[in-house]
Amino acid sequence: MQLETFQLIDRIVDLNIGEKTITVEAQVPEHNSIFEGHFPGFPIMPGVLLTEAMAQSSGWLLLGVMKFERMPFLAMIKEAKMRGFVSPGQLLTIEAKIEHEGSGFAVTSAKGRVGTELKCSAELTFRHIAFPDPALRVHMDAMALKIGYPQELIAHD
Amino acid sequence: MSSTFDQIATIIAETCDIPRDTITPDSHAIDDLGIDSLDFLDIAFAIDKAFGIKLPLEKWTQEVNDGKATTEQYFVLKNLAARIDELVAAKGAGTGA
Repeated sequence: MQLETFQLIDRIVDLNIGEKTITVEAQVPEHNSIFEGHFPGFPIMPGVLLTEAMAQSSGWLLLGVMKFERMPFLAMIKEAKMRGFVSPGQLLTIEAKIEHEGSGFAVTSAKGRVGTELKCSAELTFRHIAFPDPALRVHMDAMALKIGYPQELIAHD
Repeated sequence: MSSTFDQIATIIAETCDIPRDTITPDSHAIDDLGIDSLDFLDIAFAIDKAFGIKLPLEKWTQEVNDGKATTEQYFVLKNLAARIDELVAAKGAGTGA
């Protein structure tokens, strides 16, 4: 996790385009200024960041399903549940699944676990549009490489 | 079996917290009911699931933006119901939705 740049996903563990599922890992850092305030003496990952991690996991899945031709943007969060504390140094494993592909939008469900313990879950809706700027596509390609995205799934112009 | 209009009126009422009795076949989803684009995503999701179709929102939006269609054609509820019936019929005929 690079909290300063909001890049929460470290590794693609599994991506199944046919089944429309993804599993990723996100290593919560041992030390970060966020934990100084959240909370003193009891550092835990903020729920908004767990939700963002689930959104980014879903986003990587949607990018693959859409062959990196369109960019998903988070539009709606439903049933977001923080079921347990996630502490510095823990490894978060997130699974996401596409529940529905609409016209210009998609709905996913996501779950985050530490070990076998379910820590968070949500239903997320994304709008997706053609990449609004070439620089964003370049950035996403570079990030995909960094997190071990299957290269055959990244379409090239 | 309730009509297509009844089903979408119920979906809209539940999704947007709009009193069911204020929703009529002549209601315009945007102009009369004040449904915004984000709420309409939720409605489209529910309609897609309920009818087993995929509302072509992007195509409709493009047609409106290009001046080839009016919002009334797609967003007045009796017209929306007719479009849904067409999509369901097309799906049933195996021509895809």
